[in-house]
This record gives sequence, structure tokens and C-alpha cells, in this order.
Amino acid sequence: MSPKSLFDKVWDRHLVREETAEQPAVLYIDRHLVHEVTSPQAFSALKERGLKLRAPERTFATMDHSTPTVPLGPDGAPVFASEDTRAQVQTLQENCVAFGIELFGWDSPHRGVIHVMAPELGLTLPGMTIVCGDSHTATHGAFGALAFGIGTTEVSHVLATQCLLQSKPKSMRVTLKGRLNSGISAKDMALAVIAALGSGGGTGYVIEYAGEAVRALGMEERMTLCNMTIEAGARAGMIAPDDVTYAWLKGRNYAPKGDDWQKAVADWKTLKSDDNAAYDAEIMLEARLIAPMITFGPSPDQAMAVDSITPHPCGPVESKGLDYMRFTPGRPVMGEKVDVVFIGSCTNGRLSDLQAAARVLLGHRIHPGVRMLVVPGSEQVRREAESEGLHEIFEAAGAEWRLPGCSMCIAMNGDMAKPGELVVSTSNRNFEGRQGKGARTVLASPATAAASAVWGEVADPRPFTEAPRVA
Amino acid sequence: MSHNSEQFITLTSRTMVLAQENIDTDQIIPARFLTTTSRKGLGRAAFYDWRYDEAGMARNSDPFAGKDPDEHQILVGGSNFGCGSSREHAPWALADFGFRAVVSTKIADIFKSNALKNGILPIEVSAETHADLIASPGTELIIDLERLEISRPGKWKQSFEIDPFGRRCLLDGVDPLGFLQSCEDDIVKFEARNT
Ligand code: SF4
Repeated sequence: MSPKSLFDKVWDRHLVREETAEQPAVLYIDRHLVHEVTSPQAFSALKERGLKLRAPERTFATMDHSTPTVPLGPDGAPVFASEDTRAQVQTLQENCVAFGIELFGWDSPHRGVIHVMAPELGLTLPGMTIVCGDSHTATHGAFGALAFGIGTTEVSHVLATQCLLQSKPKSMRVTLKGRLNSGISAKDMALAVIAALGSGGGTGYVIEYAGEAVRALGMEERMTLCNMTIEAGARAGMIAPDDVTYAWLKGRNYAPKGDDWQKAVADWKTLKSDDNAAYDAEIMLEARLIAPMITFGPSPDQAMAVDSITPHPCGPVESKGLDYMRFTPGRPVMGEKVDVVFIGSCTNGRLSDLQAAARVLLGHRIHPGVRMLVVPGSEQVRREAESEGLHEIFEAAGAEWRLPGCSMCIAMNGDMAKPGELVVSTSNRNFEGRQGKGARTVLASPATAAASAVWGEVADPRPFTEAPRVA
Repeated sequence: MSHNSEQFITLTSRTMVLAQENIDTDQIIPARFLTTTSRKGLGRAAFYDWRYDEAGMARNSDPFAGKDPDEHQILVGGSNFGCGSSREHAPWALADFGFRAVVSTKIADIFKSNALKNGILPIEVSAETHADLIASPGTELIIDLERLEISRPGKWKQSFEIDPFGRRCLLDGVDPLGFLQSCEDDIVKFEARNT
């Protein structure tokens, strides 16, 4: 048998029908995740045709995008930013009841950003196919699942048939050789990979991340790396499962238990790429060369080391991007005045991200000109952070500690920056207007974002993160 | 999803040109318009922040200012068009705004798939053809879905690729959900094998 990659193995396991010249493959979907923004029209399509859900037990929903992150009102109800957002969340609640879907809603201790919530419940397991009407579904590939975002029409297909029509994407291996320097995070690694590939460089591919530096990442860091795969245009990012994966998953609510666990792990161990597996493309990066990264333009691939200078634009696109950001070619971005700092999102809203930000803030106050929002990725992250007292560190530093949700990552729920404001954000997209009309976004790691909050300007986190030198 | 297929054998229309690369789905429809529960009426929100200023007034720089809905049905965009989120609201908005084809050197995966399902042809052309299109906004093009050809009359003709199944859905009116439902026997067998 010819050697297979991890992606080939997961793909082949889910073929209901093989691809032919006329027809794409029919791919079986193990898990379908649903949120309020991209689902209402899919449920309407089912209603129009009088269809039910084929496998409600494979479908899980939460609300995150348009949900408020401010405290509940005096009546105990969430305080929505608008009637539209309230109606959208209510529509999801009604659809979940009507179609028999488990919803992690307001009363659930598990509600959270969908790509934070599902892994922490053990809904995401190695070897699965996982889809969601959301491009950052790539996150779940950190467990060796094949996970990708789909459009609303496809959401209706999965709801009705548990299957998708898919042509097999090409494969690419991205190898990170050596080790990251201390104080450098998975977010820096992700931005360095995207800068190397370009925002369309992964189009048509599923990426497998390999190499010593990837193996050395913890589970939450692996999720950060896979999460941003879509920013290079690729459908999915995957990392073969290993002992780190199994240790993280063991005992989670929906993970297999007892004998089933043993059997599952034995199976998962077969999921790594065979030696000599073929890839359609390969790139290699030296991990030790990666510095703390920031973006300088309104595209995630416009990323550079925090202490370097913006490039001279080689075309009108880059020059327009720099104009939008109000940055000058050939100058540092470090030192630019910051208005808002956002810590959160499915990229960097997990416990280890909050710990990294708190380590920088401990014993400091944020600059008086900065507004800082810390938004845990889920109720579980919130509980864990509060039990460690992280919220006290944030509040003592002058930051706002909010309820879980997507918040300022997509600015749909009322959390947003004002026109022209500069935001250092741990989220994944710096597109024009993403964090509010006219808002300017610099993407960075939690440590870089927290350091920038302290200085009131875009700052290098290394003075806070590197161990003090002994003379 | 089920658009009138016959209209699609050929499309003859003029272009609107947005030369910028990496036009992401947040530009095509800003997230604040995603709070809807319907797929209708989103044309108003298409490229909203490019068309209107903070006070909601039309911008002088509105690239769509001269758009005639019957005349300009082909959008020419810079490379990596439609990158970013999976929101199908992007093609819903473009279709409602009167577009039936998007032409670029590279079109993002999820957008491409979403566009085709909503009667918008995602067409990738060579850099040379693209440069000609960028340099001649408003030019008339003929897109032939049956022959998979795009041409600028009197100037050039080029073939393009489109997902064969998506093309059949448009040309022959095949309904993808109906097709998946017709695979029921195989789905049941798959489930029996795997549980
Ligand atoms: S946190 Fe941001 S990227 Fe993640 S699911 Fe929410 S809106 Fe999307």
C-alpha cells in the first residue's frame, strides 16, 4: 500500500462515496458545530423542505458571536446591543428546540466561543471530520481531526444528511525545525507561517504542521496555530495526535471512557503520517528565528518581527494598506500609540493565553490612555481563570474582565473600537473595519498585547517574558 | 440554490473593476450586517463601508457609483478575492447587488464554493488576461458556462475551470441536497460499518 499522510487517512475513513470525474466525494461528518450567525438560513432551508436532522446527536450548538460580554442585567437576562442580535440568538434557541439539538446556552456552564468550547468538552477527537459554518473551524485540526469551515448552504446539507460533497484538497506540509526561543508563543509561530505563505498561499490545500517545534507545543498552543491556518487561505490545518493530545483529552466530558478510551487511543496512534507520505507542497521554517510578531497592514500575512520596520510597498495594495493603518514605510510600528487592547477569541482566549497576559501585567498598571478588554473564550476558561485569581490581576492593572464570547474579534455584539483607534489584538483578523468601522488592528500574541497595554504603545514583550539575566 | 439554470449558458455583461488584492469577506459585507436571520435584501450591505461614510452618506470614492444593475454583472477583483470568513452572506450580498460572476487570478476556497451555490460564477483567469481587465473597466465580456470560455469580443478568448458538479447544478438544475439525499443507501451502509 502506498504511504499515506494523516490527512489521507482521515479523508479515506470518511468516504461514503469516492470522488469521480463528474462528482465530488460524499464525505461523512462526525461532528457538526452550530452558532447563531451562519445557521438561521440553513434551518429555514430545512423547514422549507420539511426535513429533519439526520443525526441530532452529532450536532452541538452554542452562542458566541452576537452575545453580549457585559454583565447580565438586573433581571438576570443578557443585555443585547441591538434587537437584531437578540433576535438572532433567540432564533438559534428556537431552532435547537425544534430540531432537537444540544445547545450550550445562557444557563450552561459550558457556553463559549465554539472553537474553545468544543475541544474543552472533548467533542473534538482525533481522526474525526468536524465542520461548522465558520472558517476558524480549522482550530480542531490540532487534535488530528479534519476540520474546516463551510457555508450556510452546506450547513443545511450536513444538518439534513450528515454528509458533504467535497473534492479532495491538495496537501502541504509545513515543518518547523528546531525549537522556539523562550518567550515566543504559538501566535508568533502562526503569524510567521502566514507571512511566509502569504494570505492566498495555502488556497486549495490542507496543511499538516510537523517538526520538533510543533511537537513541543501544548494542546492550547497547537489550537492557536491550526486556528490561523485559514489566514493563509488553506481549508484546514492538522497536527498528528500524540501523548500531549491524549493527556489533554483524557477525562473530558465527551471523550471515550474506560475500555473505550484504551481502544480509541490505540486507534489514534495509527493516525500519524507514514514515512515517505507524499505532499503536493512542502515548506520549512527555522523556529529559532521566529521573534514576537505583529502585523503592520490590514491582512494577516502583513506580519513582521515586533522590532523591525515596515517594508517599502512594492505595489498600490501594500501602500493602501499602510495608508489605512496610518503607518509610514521604513519605520517601526513599535512605539505607535495604542488605544485599545483586546485579549480573547478562539485564537488566544484560552487559559494559557490569559496566564501569559497576566504574567506580563502582574505588578503593573495599564497606561492611562488604553482601554483593555480581557474576554475569556468560554465559561470554563472564566471559572478556571477566576479560581487562579487572574481576573484580580487584570482588574488591578485596570483592564475589564468580561463574560465569554467572540467580542471584539468580530465586533458584532457591541464591543468595538472607534474609527481611527489603534487596537493591539490577540484575535486572528486585522481586515479593514473588522473591529469596528475605521478601526486599525495590529495582531499579536497575548504577551505582546499585554506589554503594549502597559506601555500605551506597541511594545516588545521580551523585557517581561525573558528570564532576567544573571550578571 | 436553485437558480434558473438556462440563464447561465451564457452571460454577456460589463465589468466593474476593484483592482485591490485580498478583498476579504469583511469588505464584501461587514460583520455588523450579519445579525440577520434571512438571506434576502443584503445588496444594500454589499461593500457598505466602501460606498458609504460614517454618517451613511455616499462616498465620493464609491467604486460602484456608476453601476447599472442590468449592465454591470461581472465583478473583476484583485488576487485572492473573497478571503476570510465562511459567511455565505458575501455571495448573497453580491447576488442581490446584481453580480453574477466574479473574475480574479485567485479566488478563496470557501467563497468560491459559496458563490457557485448562489448563482455567481467564480472565474480564475491568467495574470495577463487579468491585467487587461484591470486596465479596461466597464468592458463587455461573454462568459459561456457550457464551453467554459470567457472572452472579450474582438480581443481575446480564454478557457476557465469550474467545479464540474457545481456547473452541472447550474446547467442541468441538479439540486445538491437532493443529490445527497439520493445517497441514502450508501450513508446507511457507512454508518453501519462505522458504529
Ligand atoms: S472568536 Fe472571532 S474568529 Fe473565533 S469564532 Fe468568534 S468571531 Fe470567529
